[in-house]
Amino acid sequence: MHALVGENGAGKSTLMKILYGMQKPDEGTITIDGEQATFHSPADAIARGIGMVHQHFMLADNLTVLENVVLGGEKLYGIGNRARQKIKEISEAYGLHVRPDALVENLGVADRQRVEILKVLYRGARILILDEPTAVLVPQEVDALFANLRELKSEGLTVIFISHKLGEVLSVADDITVIRRGTTVGTADPANTTTKQLAELMVGSELPSPETRESTVTDVPMLTIDDLQLNATDPDGAVREVLAGITFTIHKGEVLGIAGVEGNGQAELVEAIMGLRDPDGGVITLDTADISHAPTRKRRESGIGYIPEDRHRHGLLLEAPLWENRILGHVTEEPNSNRGLLDLKAARKDTERIVKAYDVRTPGIEVTAASLSGGNQQKLIVGREMSHAPKLLIAAHPTRGVDVGAQVQIWDQIREARREGLAVLLISADLDELIGLSDTLRVMYRGRLVADADPATITPEELGSAMTGAATGHLEAAPEDEA
Amino acid sequence: MKKFDKDRLILGLAGPVLALVVAIALTSVVLLASGRDPFEPYKLMVESAQYADIQVLILNQAGTYYLAALAVAVGFRMNLFNIGVDGQYRLAAMMAALVGAAVELPGPLHIALIVLVAMLTGAFWAGIAGVLKTLRGVSEVVSTIMLNAIATSLIAWLILTDNFGVQLEGSNDLTTGEIAESGWFPSVSLADGGEIYGFTFVAFALGIVYWFVLNRTRFGFDLRATGASESAAAASGVDAKKMILTAMLISGGVAGLAGMPTLLGDTHTYSLSFPTGIGFTGITIALLGRNNPIGIFFSALLIAFLDKASSALDQYGYEKEIATIMQGLIVIAVVVSYELVRRYGLRRQQQKVGEELAAAARKNREEVAA
Repeated sequence: MHALVGENGAGKSTLMKILYGMQKPDEGTITIDGEQATFHSPADAIARGIGMVHQHFMLADNLTVLENVVLGGEKLYGIGNRARQKIKEISEAYGLHVRPDALVENLGVADRQRVEILKVLYRGARILILDEPTAVLVPQEVDALFANLRELKSEGLTVIFISHKLGEVLSVADDITVIRRGTTVGTADPANTTTKQLAELMVGSELPSPETRESTVTDVPMLTIDDLQLNATDPDGAVREVLAGITFTIHKGEVLGIAGVEGNGQAELVEAIMGLRDPDGGVITLDTADISHAPTRKRRESGIGYIPEDRHRHGLLLEAPLWENRILGHVTEEPNSNRGLLDLKAARKDTERIVKAYDVRTPGIEVTAASLSGGNQQKLIVGREMSHAPKLLIAAHPTRGVDVGAQVQIWDQIREARREGLAVLLISADLDELIGLSDTLRVMYRGRLVADADPATITPEELGSAMTGAATGHLEAAPEDEA
Repeated sequence: MKKFDKDRLILGLAGPVLALVVAIALTSVVLLASGRDPFEPYKLMVESAQYADIQVLILNQAGTYYLAALAVAVGFRMNLFNIGVDGQYRLAAMMAALVGAAVELPGPLHIALIVLVAMLTGAFWAGIAGVLKTLRGVSEVVSTIMLNAIATSLIAWLILTDNFGVQLEGSNDLTTGEIAESGWFPSVSLADGGEIYGFTFVAFALGIVYWFVLNRTRFGFDLRATGASESAAAASGVDAKKMILTAMLISGGVAGLAGMPTLLGDTHTYSLSFPTGIGFTGITIALLGRNNPIGIFFSALLIAFLDKASSALDQYGYEKEIATIMQGLIVIAVVVSYELVRRYGLRRQQQKVGEELAAAARKNREEVAA
């Protein structure tokens, strides 16, 4: 098991694309089993036994696991019982616990990931490339994933593992390569390297930490949510509670972190606050104004900044140039427009400013958002949202898929804005980030806030167990309780 | 950054050029297969287009097409496929002709009323599809096709002599009665025969309005954002339902205008022989012109040229349907070539950005080392 670590834009993704035949190298060679190989397309790579599990899952939600697995590989084992047999066989051999007839839309993130891995194995892969597989998982799921990967390794498969989480890399990899700005800057033996040394290799600077200890919390409420209720109707007509009895207050200068396994209502909570879903009950108050049923644009104009969970779907127009993306979401605000008309000159100029101030690595502002790496896209979004002096920032996984360097920057920016009185709702799967950045912590489980904790004393492990519903109430004997 | 702009221009042109070359080549194959000279028809068409009267015909036709294509393009820009432009256009022309013939007003007012009725009718007919989509989630593709059929029946019924139709003496044609001269839009007469409809210039001027609204206003930005990514637009604060309805209304309103050059400049009445199928040609033109007002202008000219110049082919023993075949082939070629060029462009830019960043990083490193 070989781990590849490096900053965003360091070239990890490009290297993987070359290995997977999606891009052609200008120089150099690839050797597999002592034999030189050239790939013209992913099909070539698959034929040579290379399989890739992408960071963004590529599964069709409305199909079953079986259908997803055979899609595009119909010739291998057919689409019927033979394929089902084969899936069960692989699933058992590596302990993946995949049910071939489950609908993908009903699966959790960890299950989907296992389906992706199975899909690759089904096509006969002997070398697996995993692009940031742990970014979306909670600690318990990460452990399960690593158990699966060790299983694969013991069967003689090779695993290439891309990650930003250095602790994980050290615990699971047999060998580590660090790349920076397109070249290998070092290799490390996990047995006698610390995360600190590894991080220094990676960015050439000190290991960052999300810690914020001096409190800036005021007693002026910025966002108050009172008994928020959101229902969803299933296709069979049954009404389901997605959010129930959600009550909390974020004060000026406070970061409220919400922990929880993905799919427990965090996304819906964000959508309700942003006005993308109309709540069935309860009151949302922003800075004394009731915005429970206000349209999204009005909410944004009244000072909500939004760093969405899925930047491709909700944060960017991928095929539009950067300056148009700078306008997105703030089209009615300065400097983007003036009385209904766009001010392209000012918008472009301000985009230049954001690119500089937030260190977005791009050759210019006319390139499309799609041509930037994930971390740089995220920096652009953060820059854009921060440029309108928000009162409340909703940050859903603000540093997901972002390298250490950019992570520190984003944390710094959140912290700085918090000092100036910004209220932040932070949702993250990175427990270190949650604990380090938050002033108050809540745990969400099945659409309810089931527990709260003091970030000063809680450990990721304790938080992780509350996220699975094992613990409720105040997570410690610590006296203060913000509820 | 100039480099990327030049790239974009070249890539922008590559799509239509590739499509046209392929379409011409395939048409030649068809000609060869039917035992004809594969190149002579083109020569004949180009020759016929050198006559001034044919040129006027082409220009007038292009004006009508331009409006129909703009109507389609407004929908396309936000991922709405308004196939109903044809029905909206015909119904609007008929209603406008009816109202225009029924009243008599001072010149400009009369014309304004006719144009207004046309836009409202078109918008209303398209709005039905818009409401169905926003309230019931009905695909606008299906509903607008059905509305086309309904429009055909509705017009056939309205134009019966029992209702509003007038049968001219010595003719089987039914009309809506003639609009008084105050409701005629002045034309530009040329010395060597032919008149350019005044409304043709209005049509081309609307192209500028289209460009301005889409590229320079908040509304246009919202519309384009919705077309590029509905989810991102919603998160940015665009009310998707309102946007769908507005876009359909605008599209229908512009579609209603498509009948105006002919109605106000030539026929002054709606009759059974009023041109049909304009809306479908508009789809071809909007596709070929990439929803860009300048692109649509040249595409409209090209298609109008194929239409009008092909009538000369009959005299030389070629079927003028060759032009129809070519139009069909253009549609197919356009769809394929644009997708190819788009993908190539995206990939290329990604690579270029990577290269430039790597170069910048190298330079940095050298500077640090030095």
